Amino acid sequence: MPETLTSPMIKSGSAEEMRSLEAGLDSLQSDDTSRKSFDLSRVLLPLAAFIVLLLAWQFYVSLGLRRRDLVPGPLDVLGSLGALWQAGTAQEAVGTSLQRGLIGFVISIVVATPIGLLLSQVRILRRAFGPLISGLQVLPSVAWVPAAIIWFGLTDATVYFVMFMGAIPSIINGLIAGVDQIPPQYRRVGQVLGASRWEMAVHVVLPAALPGYVGGLKQGWAFSWRSLMAAEIIAMGGSLGFGLGSLLEQGRQLADMGIVMSAILIILFVGIAVELIVFAPVEKRLLRGRGLLAGSTR
Amino acid sequence: MTEALAEKVDADRGAASATAVDGEGRAPVVVLENLGKRFGSGPPVLEDVNATVYQGEFVALLGASGCGKSTLLNLISGLDMPTSGAMEVPVGGAAFMFQDSALFPWRTARGNVELALKLRGVGKAERKARATELLDLVHLGHSSDKRPHELSGGMRQRVALARSLAQDRPLLLMDEPFAALDAITRDLLHNELERIWKETGRTIIFVTHNVREAVRLGQRVLLLSSKPGRVVAQWQVSEEHRTNAGAAGELTAEITARLREEIRRHA
Ligand SMILES: Nc1ncnc2c1ncn2[C@@H]1O[C@H](COP(=O)(O)OP(=O)(O)OP(=O)(O)O)[C@@H](O)[C@H]1O
Ligand SMILES: [Mg+2]
Repeated sequence: MPETLTSPMIKSGSAEEMRSLEAGLDSLQSDDTSRKSFDLSRVLLPLAAFIVLLLAWQFYVSLGLRRRDLVPGPLDVLGSLGALWQAGTAQEAVGTSLQRGLIGFVISIVVATPIGLLLSQVRILRRAFGPLISGLQVLPSVAWVPAAIIWFGLTDATVYFVMFMGAIPSIINGLIAGVDQIPPQYRRVGQVLGASRWEMAVHVVLPAALPGYVGGLKQGWAFSWRSLMAAEIIAMGGSLGFGLGSLLEQGRQLADMGIVMSAILIILFVGIAVELIVFAPVEKRLLRGRGLLAGSTR
Repeated sequence: MTEALAEKVDADRGAASATAVDGEGRAPVVVLENLGKRFGSGPPVLEDVNATVYQGEFVALLGASGCGKSTLLNLISGLDMPTSGAMEVPVGGAAFMFQDSALFPWRTARGNVELALKLRGVGKAERKARATELLDLVHLGHSSDKRPHELSGGMRQRVALARSLAQDRPLLLMDEPFAALDAITRDLLHNELERIWKETGRTIIFVTHNVREAVRLGQRVLLLSSKPGRVVAQWQVSEEHRTNAGAAGELTAEITARLREEIRRHA
């Protein structure tokens, strides 16, 4: 590109001057904002939203448009929650479901991660199995419940199988998407630095794909938690333990709306708690460490 | 030290001997002979590129946008393969500094430099000391624990420079590394680069489309033509051109005129 002739660049300034100029620029240009440790609005705002919803619910019930046993108010549900807690049923259900959810999720991660890495690196495998995996992700995993019951009977194996079919494809897909989105420049740098195939995977590909992978894990957890609930609602009895889904189904059989609503609220609450306690901090740390949070509303 | 990477060597023209030396007794580090590159079935991007770069030299490679400067560096670094001609490049490959700093955002400044050392097989204890040394060399000892996004563009480029020095290769390829920086920062980095070049004795090929930058830094300026790219002219730059505004202005004007002429041919 031709440039207009301005003064040529020549050496100017002593080494000393340049050194202090540089130090000045460095301190001007580097980002030294200290981080706020904790923001109270993160707790207060969701709490306020929750209370507004509760009030709206109470208001609707107090209008008396529906029978109270069909549409219980917040206080009624609180009462049956208390009763469930007193009897120890709530704790048992949460314990059983959380334990299953955790075991199933961990096994899903262990199975899905190497498969995802392999598919993202080997083109033939990707071409062959990619569509199948995407399809499996779209297929509601509840659809596997009847087959699982026929194969495994009313045992824990049925529940786990359904969870795997829900979680594994989405973790694999998340990892593949993460690898696909790596800027090609990173691989070139790895190559220039003399990385072997293995070093490239460990030091470049995996860390670069981490945000996508964590996104996949998050979705994998959502899928496995949903699948677990579905499996527990449909498959009861046998050697199956008593989980939250079972509690929900029991409420339906007893036509006890208080239990049904309690179970739904507990399921929702566990989902929110896992998101807030596990995934949100991990994701936030990851993104902030890479300077990707500026300007987002998180 | 150099390895022949023969691709369809043109026998008539003969290959330059790897032991040839220049007037000052320096051995050639990079020899390009009738080097050509085309992508797919398109027109050649580079054709018959001939050039020799000697040990310890600072060569500025000048050319219009899109003339194939980056492509040429990719060939020399081994990131890409030539489609014709032959070249000799150092066996261990070359260090490369990209236009954007291309630092890994999940590592600190120090972490980025240490990774380069690690991939070179440097032991853990030595890695730490060496990274400190290199970051001090680019005057960034105070920011070594910052992530790239916490640094300014100029500081990022200095980290990238430290990382490419960590590779410890005799040849350093630089692809418009300062193009995106403001004038003051660029002046500073020119000084730093010159100092580091003198301290470390590296051979540097510095790509730019800025004539003034080429004259400021290069001992020799090579001009690459466009479509197809080949080396069409070269100038020696003396120390006088770097300290005397008159001499610098003359040479800059001469090279700019030649560059414009090259571009006008395509009008
Ligand atoms: N991978 C590729 N496939 C096809 N064409 C390419 C490829 N890489 C480069 N080119 C073409 O080669 C030509 C030279 O590109 P190159 O990036 O080497 O130019 P450059 O001199 O570095 O330009 P700039 O100053 O803008 O960086 C361009 O016309 C570009 O379109
Ligand atoms: Mg380029």
